[in-house]
Amino acid sequence: MIQIEIHKRLHGSHGDMNLDVNLEIQKGEFVALMGESGSGKTTLLRVLAGLEKAAGNINVEDVLWLGNQKMLPPQQREIGFIFQDYALFDNMNVEENLLYVNDDKALAQRLLEMTELSRLSHRNVKGLSGGQKQRVSLCRAMMKKPKLLLMDEPLSALDPLMRSKLQDEILKLHKTFGTTTIMVSHDADVSYHLSDRILVLDHGKIIADGTPEEIFLKTSTVTYTLSV
Amino acid sequence: MLEIFDLSSLDFAPFILSFKLAGITTLILFVLALPLSWFLSQTNSKTKPILEAITALPIVLPPSVLGFYILVVLSPNSAIGAFFEDLFGVKLVFSFSGLVVASCFYSLPFMVQPLQSGFESLNKHMLEASYLAGKSKLQTVLKIALPNIKPSLITALIITFAHTVGEFGVVLMVGGSIPGETKVASVAIYEMVEVMEYGTAHIYSALMVLMSFIVLLSVYIFNHSQRKIGVH
Repeated sequence: MIQIEIHKRLHGSHGDMNLDVNLEIQKGEFVALMGESGSGKTTLLRVLAGLEKAAGNINVEDVLWLGNQKMLPPQQREIGFIFQDYALFDNMNVEENLLYVNDDKALAQRLLEMTELSRLSHRNVKGLSGGQKQRVSLCRAMMKKPKLLLMDEPLSALDPLMRSKLQDEILKLHKTFGTTTIMVSHDADVSYHLSDRILVLDHGKIIADGTPEEIFLKTSTVTYTLSV
Repeated sequence: MLEIFDLSSLDFAPFILSFKLAGITTLILFVLALPLSWFLSQTNSKTKPILEAITALPIVLPPSVLGFYILVVLSPNSAIGAFFEDLFGVKLVFSFSGLVVASCFYSLPFMVQPLQSGFESLNKHMLEASYLAGKSKLQTVLKIALPNIKPSLITALIITFAHTVGEFGVVLMVGGSIPGETKVASVAIYEMVEVMEYGTAHIYSALMVLMSFIVLLSVYIFNHSQRKIGVH
């Protein structure tokens, strides 16, 4: 189980606000984090990854990542992170990108096969298409078999066809590796299909928390917020 | 007149000395400037503009000012000069070691600035991805940052080398003109002009122009080809 209690002052485009989040996430859960731009979604993800400082506690399967005046550096958190802009290592080919994280050739080959990238494994990543890059980044994130997979709008830069294909691959990897996943998404459709649970963030606070059905069918105010 | 242009009679020692000085300076500066330029590229602290201004000082200061202060600080009468002379037996003024120290100050901005701007141009997420992969800052700099700023790296190394070969004022003040020890090519040319040996001065100068041009041309060709790779 993951226990999160985070407090952080944000200086956003809508002025200053406080990010106050208090929640528990079950092992193996797929959580979608939704809300308007500037509501603190990406910051929350970056705090979980240890890329930004915050006050509070983060406890992941009885390991303290944040708390007691201590902050575990990103290097020591077992995290897979998917950036919106892929953030691949441009000086390496596809396979090298994976092996840089963890020198396990068998795992790298298995991941590349699962995402149909095997034939591109010796290609330089600079020449890949957006969809291929995001699949490489997905494989790279899984190389450490992370306890927590964090995705920051992983599909937003892709066309609809590629989006639905990658959606399936994300779900396949999430299930195969039994990872706990938190995904920031603007896209109601993506969140509905992928997640077990949706959290809606507004001005740094969680204003709705429930299954996709509860969030989209029952809470009209939330649906309104999301559609804005 | 023909004798003057007999290349075999030319003394190439000043050139060899210039290149030895530039090579050693470039190596030392690379090691020193790497952490400094990395820090400057990653920090938002208030000390950043101060450090940047200090680093850039050698570009704007007259070489005589730099030379004067280096002389004052490194002379055996100063604490630092005395320390090196007592402990290591190294004389830091009017010696080759002194020239290396002076050149490191003189060429510092030419190493730091290209590296810093290269590091600043990197996608921050790429560096963060490396940290999240469990890699330390040092591993990230060596395996991710440096290989991804090759044009800036080559520019920094070559320009530092070329700029050190081209220095004159600082070298003359700190090193004087001891043949084989501190008499580098630029100083040798100055002396030849003073004693009106225009023939040799011509050959030396032409060699400097030619070598500098080839060095700069190779940097620009390399950077051009790298940009082409980036586009395709």
